[in-house]
Amino acid sequence: MSNVHPYVGRATPRVDGPLKVSGLATYAAEFFAEDMLYAAAVPATIAKGRIKRIDLSAAKGAPGVVEILTHENRPEIPEDDAPYLNDMVAVPGSPFRPLRNDKVLYSGQAIALVIADSHENARHAASLVTAEFEVETPTVDVADARSTAYEPPVPRDGIPPPPPPRGDAEATFKGSEIRLKHDYRVAPEHHNPMELQATTVVWEGGGALTIHNKTQGVINPKNYICSVFSLDPEKVRVVSPFVGGAFGMALRPHYDLFLAVLAAIKLERSVRLVLTRGQMWTMGWRPDTLQTVALSADADGKLTSVSHHAIQATSQFEDYQEPIVNWSGLIYDCPNVSLKYELAKLDVSTPSDMRAPGATTGVYALEAAMDELAYELKMDPLELRLKNYAEKDGNDDKPFSSKELRAAYEQGAKRFGWSERSPEPRSMKEGKELVGYGVATGCWEAMMQPHSARAALSADGRLEVACGTADIGTGTYTILAQIGADAFGLPIEEVTAKVGDTSLPMAPVEGGSWAAASAGNAVQLACAALKEELLKAARGLDDSPLANADVAHVTFADGKIALTSDPEKSVSYADALKAAGSERLEAKGDFAPDGEFAEKYASYTHSAVFAEVRVDEELGVVRVERIVSAVAAGKILNLATARSQILGGVVMGVGMALHEESVWDKSLGRIMNANLGEYHVPAHADIHDIDVIFVDEEDKANPMGVKGLGEIGIVGAAAAVANAVFHATGKRIRELPITIDKLL
Amino acid sequence: MMNFSYTRATSVGEAIQAVVQDPQARFIAGGTNLVDLMKYNVERPGRLVDITRLPLDRIEETPGGGLKIGALVPNSDLAYDERIERDYPLLSSAILAGASAQLRNAATTGGNLLQRTRCYYFYDVGTPCNKREPGSGCPARTGVNRIHAILGASDACIATHPSDMCVALAALGATVHVEGPDGERTIPFSDFHRLPGSEPEKDNTLSRGEIVTAVELPKPRFGKNHTYLKLRDRLSYAFALVSVAAAIELDGDVIGEARLALGGVAHKPWRDEAAEASLKGKLPSSSAFEEAGDIVLRNAKGHGHNDFKIELARRAIARALGQAAAGTPQVQANKSIN
Ligand SMILES: Cc1cc2nc3c(=O)[nH]c(=O)nc-3n(C[C@H](O)[C@H](O)[C@H](O)COP(=O)(O)OP(=O)(O)OC[C@H]3O[C@@H](n4cnc5c(N)ncnc54)[C@H](O)[C@@H]3O)c2cc1C
Ligand code: SF4
Repeated sequence: MSNVHPYVGRATPRVDGPLKVSGLATYAAEFFAEDMLYAAAVPATIAKGRIKRIDLSAAKGAPGVVEILTHENRPEIPEDDAPYLNDMVAVPGSPFRPLRNDKVLYSGQAIALVIADSHENARHAASLVTAEFEVETPTVDVADARSTAYEPPVPRDGIPPPPPPRGDAEATFKGSEIRLKHDYRVAPEHHNPMELQATTVVWEGGGALTIHNKTQGVINPKNYICSVFSLDPEKVRVVSPFVGGAFGMALRPHYDLFLAVLAAIKLERSVRLVLTRGQMWTMGWRPDTLQTVALSADADGKLTSVSHHAIQATSQFEDYQEPIVNWSGLIYDCPNVSLKYELAKLDVSTPSDMRAPGATTGVYALEAAMDELAYELKMDPLELRLKNYAEKDGNDDKPFSSKELRAAYEQGAKRFGWSERSPEPRSMKEGKELVGYGVATGCWEAMMQPHSARAALSADGRLEVACGTADIGTGTYTILAQIGADAFGLPIEEVTAKVGDTSLPMAPVEGGSWAAASAGNAVQLACAALKEELLKAARGLDDSPLANADVAHVTFADGKIALTSDPEKSVSYADALKAAGSERLEAKGDFAPDGEFAEKYASYTHSAVFAEVRVDEELGVVRVERIVSAVAAGKILNLATARSQILGGVVMGVGMALHEESVWDKSLGRIMNANLGEYHVPAHADIHDIDVIFVDEEDKANPMGVKGLGEIGIVGAAAAVANAVFHATGKRIRELPITIDKLL
Repeated sequence: MMNFSYTRATSVGEAIQAVVQDPQARFIAGGTNLVDLMKYNVERPGRLVDITRLPLDRIEETPGGGLKIGALVPNSDLAYDERIERDYPLLSSAILAGASAQLRNAATTGGNLLQRTRCYYFYDVGTPCNKREPGSGCPARTGVNRIHAILGASDACIATHPSDMCVALAALGATVHVEGPDGERTIPFSDFHRLPGSEPEKDNTLSRGEIVTAVELPKPRFGKNHTYLKLRDRLSYAFALVSVAAAIELDGDVIGEARLALGGVAHKPWRDEAAEASLKGKLPSSSAFEEAGDIVLRNAKGHGHNDFKIELARRAIARALGQAAAGTPQVQANKSIN
């Protein structure tokens, strides 16, 4: 680092903050085009069956209506699956495509698209479309489909199936005196970021399209649209600079994108489609999952067997998969492990990744079972976890690239005051309320993906760093600017970060918490390359004071390149640019994860989560008094945005433990609480103190030592709360969320 | 949402005429409920008659020593009015237990009375619902009914009235002032909302074109021994699963008069005079409170998901009466229940 006060590692305020709070940040539904048309999607009111007739007469006569598309009159679309599989996040199966035919696959599926001259007229006309259906009885509860469960025949790309069994878990369990086996269930959830799913397609003429789509990676909608509609990639640009939260729901292209582009092409006009809040329940979701965990241990608390079986919901047409059970083979050290993962098909939309997909659900069950085991053993739950601490990843039999979970347990326990816990359930009380302490471990894979980035210095002294990744609210803009500022010793105000545009260097979707490590390292590499270029230019000056210097011997700061040993000898960035004969000098950086390293080491982030709850037993009311989350996630680039990620994850974990649940009517197959009034996420009153600790952890999986932490915050949080509820009340609720009725 | 036209009324008479003349017209006050329902296509008024500029925004003292609250007084202003806080703290507390600060700023007294049920099916035009479409059926009875009624429901409808404020008004024995095409009249609060019976489409006893002009509170009572206890699925900003308004007047050591009303359990704020009478003359005690609860719930009936509400209501009644008797009302900002 060349500047005296590096930004990296510090709590640097968000560089995009002022734009966001002043409303100047432009989201997908806020781009305008001349003569733009507005679309509204009409949802199916049944969950399974066939459209017999759609009546458009009233809608057609409504003011401002330009066109109404249905499966009967839509333009031709490819019948093969292949073009629709040009989606980086596609899962095995036949991807959904709107208006394909008369079949209804899930409730809320778009059966018509109304296009009108204003948003209001489009919605009005959409409300006048009626349809008759041939209704079949839907299945929407995974428990009702249990008998049809199957192991996914084709694994999803990037999602490892459970490892083969090691040892003999079943026999060990049978022969054990200390053992338990329980069923756990987490309610289905929907992401519900603040920003609605939306697409604005700008018809540029000559077959060129600029698309603004709510997405976690502009490349994905671009590839998908080009292949589905046979468009020339040179003529399609996707620009989505800001995303109002996504949590995984905007990884895959959704029907708003398909329909808006379909309409724009058909009408040769710009079109915007914004889904309604209710329609946010007609796409990806965190799938309902039935889990069984069996554990056995010796009298000292050493685990002798772990079995974990999950049956997870998916749609009729795709095998959505997430790693639910694998965690149980690597978080603790155990010689006998058996993991099984199955799917069951329901008449629902395909589930999708939702913050720490799989881990949130699976680690909850494992950590609840571990807590039960601790009480069975009359052992401190934290002690039990330390006793079974894994020094290597048992699934892959590899050492960890780094694992400071022990430090996280220690520092978290200290900050929380875990030692003040009295061991017996129901033994702590304050006023009318029972008090409970709970702990859980969190774990998430530290992933990386190939990313390219660009760094450019211009004559006005400004640096631009750019990468086609997305900032879904996590702080990507800020960390990229920090890295650039440090590389050139610039104040961060003189650095512009750019993301969310297919004209920028290639990046995949932003997911799996890999963006900070991948885009961050790519920008770092681009800056290093740019430094070389700039120094080369400076050396080329007549009588250059840096004539023989190489990059190791110079410092980039204060607008100039100086010899580190003799700072008087320097060349300003401006003079170097002049020498290069250019107003702007740019360089690229290509980052790819180190495959050899990954062969040798397993990389994970870890956390220790401690929760204190207060329970009014008589009335079943639970309050989360405080949470301490101690996280080991490698190098922390920005303490402020990193902390915010953990806070958000913890709040979502509290929601999973106590509030969130999408409720289907089993006979109608519809989600009945598809609005934010009745789908409860934690309100301010539900959240008190959340204390975040980042423990020091040095990791070598990538040059910057970054692991990413968008997801680790939620993993373990729900289990810590649920375990605290048990400690308070002696009641083990194995179905989340823990609502009043379950505690009465 | 559908397109609509908009009129701003300048007098009560004009507002009434506008609604009487146009069968598609509806009054709009704060809009916090009506606009939501329009977005869901549940309400499809062709015309909105905006009543927010009518001179109904005052709280006036009545000759009888009570207060007359104009129908347009915002929920927040009412909750924080000095006289209400001092003389009718139960009402203030109940209002503050509801919705959010932003909603209470926009919501009006009249609108709060006339807000519609939060039944999931009522809100979803893709499903049948007798209240929305008479005769189409009631899927809630065998479906998702966690938030539904345990008292006074009918085969046709098991919806609840969602208001918190109205539970306190029922307990306090308020009177509703209305004006319509046929002139003015007053309605005792317990007769304002109705049970669903075979006509669940009717939430209340207003006739078409009638406008609520004011809510009148009788002379202040129960200033010391009262509480509003609300139980819900998160600690704020959720409708009541069960709520209890309890008010007691002590006569020496014994209960002189008691008021007990429940929210979230029926198609109307549920006041039970038999339970109130059972408390009269008794020393405040858990057994007396439990007996009152048993009376309130003597005919309670669950429908599956909401079975727990019967037990929850029983416990909440006892707890609330205890709070009231002790003179330690629930403070809404305090999330631990005393
Ligand atoms: C997310 C959310 C959460 C909420 N939570 C709660 C809660 O916890 N507790 C609670 O009690 N409430 C809650 N509410 C409801 C809120 O209190 C009501 O929406 C509000 O009181 C309605 O008042 P308004 O003035 O906005 O009515 P409007 O929406 O304007 O009108 C509602 C109805 O009343 C009619 N109307 C209005 N004024 C008059 C009048 N003077 N005469 C005749 N008819 C009239 C209208 O025609 C319409 O049919 C919540 C609302 C929302 C949106
Ligand atoms: S309970 Fe009432 S409002 Fe709900 S579906 Fe039945 S009839 Fe409709």
